[in-house]
Amino acid sequence: MLGRTFASWGEVVNAFLHYNPESTADVLIHTERLPRAIIGLVVGASLAIAGALMQALTRNPLASPSTFGINAGAIFFVVVASLMFSISDMTQLMWFAFAGALVAAIIVYGLGSIGRDGLTPIKIVLAGSAILALFTSFTQAMLVLNETGMQNVLFWLAGAIGGRTLEMLQPVLPLLTIAGVTALGMGRAINLFVTGEDIAKGMGQRVVLLKIVMGLTIVILAGGSVAIVGAVGFVGLFIPHMARALVGTDYRWIIPFSGALGGLLLMTADLIARLVIIPAEVPLGVITAFIGVPFFLYIARKGVTWK
Amino acid sequence: MNKPRYWTLRSRSARFHMQLEKRSVRTLAILTMIVIVVSIIGIGIGETWIHPWEVIRAIFGQSSGAYDFVLYRLRLPRAVVGLLAGAALGMSGAILQGMIRNPLASPDIIGITGGASVAAVLFLSYGSSVFHLSIDWLPVAAIMGALIVSALIYLLSWQNGVTPMRLVLIGIGISAGMSAMTTFMLVISSTFTASKVYIWLTGSVYGATWSGVYSILPVCVIAIPLLLYFARSLNSQELGDDVALGLGVRVQKHRLLLLILSVILAGSAVAVVGAVGFVGLIAPHIARKWVGRTFGSISLASGLIGALLVFVADVIARTAFYPIDIPAGIFTAAIGAPFFIYLLYQNRNRF
Repeated sequence: MLGRTFASWGEVVNAFLHYNPESTADVLIHTERLPRAIIGLVVGASLAIAGALMQALTRNPLASPSTFGINAGAIFFVVVASLMFSISDMTQLMWFAFAGALVAAIIVYGLGSIGRDGLTPIKIVLAGSAILALFTSFTQAMLVLNETGMQNVLFWLAGAIGGRTLEMLQPVLPLLTIAGVTALGMGRAINLFVTGEDIAKGMGQRVVLLKIVMGLTIVILAGGSVAIVGAVGFVGLFIPHMARALVGTDYRWIIPFSGALGGLLLMTADLIARLVIIPAEVPLGVITAFIGVPFFLYIARKGVTWK
Repeated sequence: MNKPRYWTLRSRSARFHMQLEKRSVRTLAILTMIVIVVSIIGIGIGETWIHPWEVIRAIFGQSSGAYDFVLYRLRLPRAVVGLLAGAALGMSGAILQGMIRNPLASPDIIGITGGASVAAVLFLSYGSSVFHLSIDWLPVAAIMGALIVSALIYLLSWQNGVTPMRLVLIGIGISAGMSAMTTFMLVISSTFTASKVYIWLTGSVYGATWSGVYSILPVCVIAIPLLLYFARSLNSQELGDDVALGLGVRVQKHRLLLLILSVILAGSAVAVVGAVGFVGLIAPHIARKWVGRTFGSISLASGLIGALLVFVADVIARTAFYPIDIPAGIFTAAIGAPFFIYLLYQNRNRF
């Protein structure tokens, strides 16, 4: 509704009920603002749910797709695909994003678990930031080698919803929905899992299977989001904490709340991104980083011990 | 009788005192030789191959004149800037690792170089147009940025003292924030084109001039004697704060001074080459493998290795995909990130 051309409530409602292709406001709402809002909602929800699952899986409050380099992995694969093999088809790019996210996730989890004490919060954060740096530098190398269209990719790298159409969402949406529903269904199992692996095993839970399902869900949610909007960081980091503050420690509630809050947040962030320096646009990833970094610092100060 | 393994230098008042490990002196001499040989050959490599002999003659002002433009305008300043910036980063990393007693500390991982890049980009966007400052102030701006950010990191990590791990975690967060700030400014400012952006995001020696040399040389020259002076203090700090205090080291004061020194070194390097990553992380580790455990020789060796790393990375960067000039920071990251992972693996039972 807000933006360079202001549309009133009435006009917005009108645009849906009686679409009039002659009116600027109606066209704007249908082709530009509505898709943005929907994409923001979907991606925000996916990233936030992925973050909630990661925090449960790694028992680390600093876990999120962006801090652990999973987004970076997906981005690298997408950039390789589009620059080296000149693939622009969304469905194919999506698979590349999944592959990248999967590779990064496996490396980070593997590195975080080596050593006597198994998975410790500090180790996995460090492994994540190393992988993040590695993939980021690879991506930049790719970009410098192919200077054409770098300006576009640069903006995409920082994350942006602008210029995305609903068609781009289409191939990814079904998978995201499946992953999201799976995540919702896992609430009970995760509740048991976070009490401790040994306890969960003792209660007869198939821990390995649960971990694999959680891992795949995370990869699909994060990879899919990257394929659509690029690197939007930190949403997966702090939304689950907000959800936890609101609804307590029950993952049956945390996951849906994370989804809802994440969608809301990304929509708002996109709104801010559009409005701050009209007519230009701030990359969305920058806005979320501005919100997310203080939060990261706050948690890091409080100490990375799981409660 | 064993031959002494150290040479001891001591001024009459014992104000200045240092021990030189013989092995380290030998290693340092060899390293210096390697740096000299590699840079002479490296300067020759490029689109036009210049014979090393020609390069040596040019350095001593006896050039035959055929390559004057290429050598004096392009390759020499670039080589010197790369070497000096690498040395500064290497020494900065050595100080941080010695002080924080953490093998994973380095100016880029804890966000100091990030702060310097933000300040540099801010200065380039607004410094000249709004405040009418000349470009010569850029290093000052970068150093200020680095100082402010490191003060911020230090304050935020303070909670009844600073634990190394909290410092690293806070640093990771801060550096994420700093890169977001840099991206933000690059996007909103019209001064930058997309290709220029990468110089500040990854670090590149491209376009180095003699003025870059003049801005970083004094810092390096001042830093080396200071480093040697504080080496004693750091040697004892490695044994733990209590031991160091018992030996009469004013730990807190020295720590602050060393931090400032390290920040200034990193900041001035960023001012000329951008945020070249991981050099400050790798160089001290290699140095520690080659020279003993005394800090003075470690920091010098680390400086030499840093110089070598950045210089070689830059030679590869400008020749590998000629005519495209790749930021040297990409190569240092491609070596550095796996190295970081290796360190993490080695220390896997510590965290």
